[in-house]
Amino acid sequence: MSVEWYVVLSALLFAIGAGGVLIRRSPVVILLCLELMLNAGNLALVAFSRMTGNESGQVFALIVMVVAACEVVVGLGLIVAIFRRRLPLNVDELRGLRG
Amino acid sequence: MEEVVFFGAAIGALGGAIAVVGLRNPFYSVLALIVHLISLAVLFLLLHSEFVAAAQVVVYAGAVMVLYVFVAAYVGGIEEPVWEPIPGQRFLAPLLGAALFVELSIAVLGSSLKALGTDGPHVADGFGAPSRIGTLMLERYLIPFEAASLLLLIAAVGAVVLAARRRSSEGGGAGGDGALPAGRDAAGFGAELSMRNAPGSAGIGGGGGAPLDTQRAAPGQLNPTINFSRGGASRGVHPAPPHPDTTGETPA
Repeated sequence: MSVEWYVVLSALLFAIGAGGVLIRRSPVVILLCLELMLNAGNLALVAFSRMTGNESGQVFALIVMVVAACEVVVGLGLIVAIFRRRLPLNVDELRGLRG
Repeated sequence: MEEVVFFGAAIGALGGAIAVVGLRNPFYSVLALIVHLISLAVLFLLLHSEFVAAAQVVVYAGAVMVLYVFVAAYVGGIEEPVWEPIPGQRFLAPLLGAALFVELSIAVLGSSLKALGTDGPHVADGFGAPSRIGTLMLERYLIPFEAASLLLLIAAVGAVVLAARRRSSEGGGAGGDGALPAGRDAAGFGAELSMRNAPGSAGIGGGGGAPLDTQRAAPGQLNPTINFSRGGASRGVHPAPPHPDTTGETPA
């Protein structure tokens, strides 16, 4: 399989994730769509690493995984805090940034 | 053989991604994302990156998804309202996604990367093995590695702060926070009063005061309180009038 296929698949997955961020309004699902986009980036990184025969791309992919884990921890903590304050879990209604 | 595995995993990844976006219940979206991640791990294996594939399954599909499952179960299924602030968002968003895909494809395939159409160079057996990745991480990419560990530490501390701040501010009870404790206090007070009045007022209760009280009762959690304290109300001791804040207790 040529690397092209992987890169096109990654672009498709990224587009699906971006469309999901635009279309959905539940913060949990928006975080899931962010995961989709990060994973599409990971796939492209690993595909390019295979294309060049250099493992640096795989190290980048691992670092992206670390960043995604951090994002998940903070994002889910925010969602739980929003839920406990009985605010609506809908990004259209969560406009203010007051403490 | 490689083509079969690739297309199988690609279909799994695409189907998982579409299911994440399309399913109504967030819990099912999380499960679909697990399918997506495992299909991606198969693709990583095809690309000779065994360590990344293992990390994907263990860290992502294992640990991170457990967090998601817990939060999705804790928050519960939330119906997204039909009301849209942006008219036509449901049709505009997929269009923008398709435009993004076309743009990305043009950008990548139209670039001068000549090796894109090839399978890549022939690699030795150890390509992508944990030892090679570890050597790279601790020698050439030491600073990003340390920065990542620092980032993880900051995220862990941030999660603890986010979880603990609520508990300390609960005593203040301002705004939406105050509604629940006040309601609980009222319920406790009413129950206590009715317990105290229960032996004497068993036959007296249910008089003229009862319809008035049931009219005033807020729908939802406060109803038991009013019913309990009916005996006290008919005696003229009005226990714990419904708190104005508690009427809006059910989340909108």
